[in-house]
Amino acid sequence: MKHRAGFAGKKLLRMALLLLGVSIAAFALMSVSPLDPLQTNVGQAALGSMSPEQIEQLEAYWGVDTPPVERYLGWLTDVLQGDMGTSLLYRQPVEQVIGQRLSNSLWLLASAWVLSGILGLALGVVAGAVRGRLPDKLIRGYCLLISGTPAFWLALLLLLVFSVWLGLLPIGFSVPIGMDGDSVTLLHRLRHAFLPALTLSITGIANIALHTREKMADVMESDYILFARARGEDGRSLVLRHGLRNVALPAVTLQFASVSEIFGGSVLVEQVFSYPGLGQAAVSAGLGGDMPLLLGITVVSAAIVFGGNLIADLLYGVIDPKIRRGAVRK
Amino acid sequence: MIPILEIEELSVSFTQYERGLRKRQLSVIRDLSLTIGRGQVVAVVGASGSGKSLLAHGILGLLPYNSHMEGTIRYKGQPLTPERAKALRGRELVLVPQGVTYLDPLMQVGAQIRRGRKDEASRKNCRRVLDRYGLAPETERLYPFELSGGMARRVLISTAVLERPQLVIADEPTPGLDAGAAGRILGHFREIADEGAGVLFITHDLELALTVADRVAVFYAGETMEELPAANFEEADRLRHPYTRALWHAMPAHGFAALPGSQPLAGEAEGCLFAPRCPRCRESCREAGSIPLRRTEDGTVRCLYPQEGGKDL
Repeated sequence: MKHRAGFAGKKLLRMALLLLGVSIAAFALMSVSPLDPLQTNVGQAALGSMSPEQIEQLEAYWGVDTPPVERYLGWLTDVLQGDMGTSLLYRQPVEQVIGQRLSNSLWLLASAWVLSGILGLALGVVAGAVRGRLPDKLIRGYCLLISGTPAFWLALLLLLVFSVWLGLLPIGFSVPIGMDGDSVTLLHRLRHAFLPALTLSITGIANIALHTREKMADVMESDYILFARARGEDGRSLVLRHGLRNVALPAVTLQFASVSEIFGGSVLVEQVFSYPGLGQAAVSAGLGGDMPLLLGITVVSAAIVFGGNLIADLLYGVIDPKIRRGAVRK
Repeated sequence: MIPILEIEELSVSFTQYERGLRKRQLSVIRDLSLTIGRGQVVAVVGASGSGKSLLAHGILGLLPYNSHMEGTIRYKGQPLTPERAKALRGRELVLVPQGVTYLDPLMQVGAQIRRGRKDEASRKNCRRVLDRYGLAPETERLYPFELSGGMARRVLISTAVLERPQLVIADEPTPGLDAGAAGRILGHFREIADEGAGVLFITHDLELALTVADRVAVFYAGETMEELPAANFEEADRLRHPYTRALWHAMPAHGFAALPGSQPLAGEAEGCLFAPRCPRCRESCREAGSIPLRRTEDGTVRCLYPQEGGKDL
């Protein structure tokens, strides 16, 4: 138990440092951005017709006249006290914006994550087990094609086919346009989330399948597979009993590492589908110079990605007998 | 009595792609003949890289897809086709591999021995074979990384006697063990042979092989140079091939004299493969396309000028 506690302590310290670094980097990038928040949000024409006092007030609101270091330290002090600030664009507390957006995005992300993990693993295991034969060639072809396709382009393509040509699915947003909030059903939400989730899954599968295939091919060439075959094991039972077991560890790492890819992909994909999720909010915050919101989103998503990797590390201790039994002995 | 295994003129080659996608046949075993009878331990002795392990994989039908096998293998008098090998693998034809890397690192030993079966008979059988080799029942629940070198070898042997094996192929089952432990492992193979099975014992350690084998086949660069009774190694005069004699002289008890030079890559040379290192090499040895195997009174030898005692045969 002492070993576990030390492990957790080290991880927490590392997480704190990571979040600090990420927030500094995001802040620095935003500070040197050539975007003028006033021009972007108020507009050139409106600015021209304003009195100097009004402009000064606006500058104070967007924090243009405060030195960057002072602004960052101010933000950091507030955050450490549990206050993430107020979004300049949405005029709501950042926590509230993120909470709302995240709940919209979360199950979009989760379904894409689960789907791409399961299908990617299955395809990778099949391809690695029959390396060089037709199923492998097909799977590899698909994966390479998709890996070379930008997610936003794929999103546009799916939108074109399913929403514009076939008219089967809605063209965007998370609920039907103009519908009263109370009459929105789960089915509506599902239909609206389907295409974004599909896009994210399709792109996620390729990466996971290619990596899994490589691991599986290594496993199939190992001594223990040769010996299992020498003992009369063959075909499916060989793949399921020994193959799957031995790609499980790398698969867990991949699956949790892919949290970051799904998150990153969602930024562009939500933009294409006008899906009001966290990714879209990140884009608006970035383009609109909404520093508190952007920093909030960056820190929260970094924490989620870090959490994913942490879970992978902890699961290792459960799955891998070397770690599990080693820890018990200590 | 029909021998358990007869190998005649077995050749194994690999298709390789060289630069520029040119195909090339790389022959790794050439014209190999070997017979194993019931109750016999036949040792195949050769330096690493002489194609010994491929021989084991060839018999079991486990060669990789880019390989090509010629010649005949007969098991109990009937040709051993890949289909037949597949049906017999793990029951009558068993492999005892080198070490712990041949066990699935993430599966408990017991489950591996039982091949995943969970019924009471399999469990009992598993405990029986573990017990036979002095392994406690708790060994079942260990993972391969928790086994010592000697325990791992005994676990591997116990997989072989789960059913009634007829042919046991032991591929270097002793490296890394001290002389005492290696001797005990070999004793287990002798015991299996005495129960009526044939044992093919593949090793690079001639001295060790002689402690257990009935017959010895000396392997060099993919060819058998000589096949003879193990008893002939009692004196150098009864060894007919210069390579066999060189091995004899390299043994600690007989002068520890290492032969200079190294084994050619299989399939590279023309004529006698041993010619470059042979103290008695003549002009004609290098010219001949391939040296034929010659019958002797109690074995075979692949040499144009074999010796018996101090004289040419």
